Amino acid sequence: MPAAKNKPTEAGREERGFGRSGVSRRQLMSMAGGSVALGALLAACGSDDSDSGETGSTGPTGSAMADDSTAQFGKGDVGIMNYALTLEYLETAFYDDVAKSGLFKGGDLETIRKFGGQEAEHVAALTAAVKQAGGKPAPKPKTEFPLNNAGQVLRLAATVENLGAAAYLGQAARIRSPEVLAAALSIHSVEGRHAAVLNTLLGKTPVPDGPFAEPAAAGMVLNAVQPFIVS
Amino acid sequence: MTEIKTENEMAHPELAAVEVEGTERSDFLLKGALAAGAIFGLGAVSPFVRGAMGAGGGKGDVGILNYALTLEYLESAFYAEALKKLSLKGGLKDLITTISTDEDAHVKALSQTIRDLKGKPVKAPKVEFPYSDVAGFTKLAETIENVGVSAYNGAAPMIKSKEVLSAAGSIVQVEARHAAAIALQNGSRPAPDAFDKTMTQAQVLKAVQPFLTA
Repeated sequence: MPAAKNKPTEAGREERGFGRSGVSRRQLMSMAGGSVALGALLAACGSDDSDSGETGSTGPTGSAMADDSTAQFGKGDVGIMNYALTLEYLETAFYDDVAKSGLFKGGDLETIRKFGGQEAEHVAALTAAVKQAGGKPAPKPKTEFPLNNAGQVLRLAATVENLGAAAYLGQAARIRSPEVLAAALSIHSVEGRHAAVLNTLLGKTPVPDGPFAEPAAAGMVLNAVQPFIVS
Repeated sequence: MTEIKTENEMAHPELAAVEVEGTERSDFLLKGALAAGAIFGLGAVSPFVRGAMGAGGGKGDVGILNYALTLEYLESAFYAEALKKLSLKGGLKDLITTISTDEDAHVKALSQTIRDLKGKPVKAPKVEFPYSDVAGFTKLAETIENVGVSAYNGAAPMIKSKEVLSAAGSIVQVEARHAAAIALQNGSRPAPDAFDKTMTQAQVLKAVQPFLTA
């Protein structure tokens, strides 16, 4: 282990704090993460592309490319950005609720606030970008999350972040404008970082899909977050 | 707002070495500068193939893939060496073993994709890494992974093929996850910014130059 481990670092505190919440790896695996779980989730969401769970290293575009669920948010890049904006609103609200829940303290709470703050920055940037492209930003959805205990919240956070990273990846090849693509990519890798941190805190691998992260189509993602949207 | 790359600069790759400093993507977006694509380094990454790393690497997507392959070779060698040289233990050993396997898979996939596109994969560069203990290694690992993320994010918008773009996206997310996991080991910030910074090829070359011996 690195020398840094001797110091009571923020990460170390988080690890211990979250460790106490008694999270089961199997529970997380059943919610999100590994390719098998994601594949099952895709199937459960009624994806009509049988290849969606088994994407190759050079062509993981299939179902995400064919899925046109972002059209309900607007045409082309505006629709994609509004879809992303909706997810970012949801993430921001989630972290906000969690921070207020009193379930976390100290370093854990700091991490939650930090991630929530970054999601809020994504909301601001996407809102501006949609306007810049001549579109109308999607409205902020009303949300509600189950916040019964720290373990449940952490598992949900990991699920949401892994799904968010997969959602961005699923749109990359559909984006027309190189500028929008560049912005989306710079957000995408941050979602990946968040997901890796949460997985690590749960004692799970930071790379649940192995060497190649898997994309998720918009239709599947929207179905998956539907339970948290009340209007 | 300085150092916006222009058409003129694209025609003069040496000017692409000018670094874009102090530019936060969020600031630009919020200021409504989205139309200025060059802020993301789009102009700067275009002369890829003329740079030292891409020399002989081919044009277009093949050139970008060879640029990525060079970085993946570097990462692959870095982790393979550490697993041999250092006595890593426990969770760190597991993590580094996983990352090492991932980088090897990236090398393979990129090489294959280049061949599929009728290109010629570049050879592995000769490398040397300046660390003497585990702490030095993990610090360097964090730097190298972050450079990898910035390199892919900087290059990806230049990719023509949707398949190649999706593959690059799939890899960069994994590099970001590596960077975050290693940062946790180091007790540093796993997600330092809301928007990951991009780097031009010139900036990446400058960052990895100390590790290239031939």
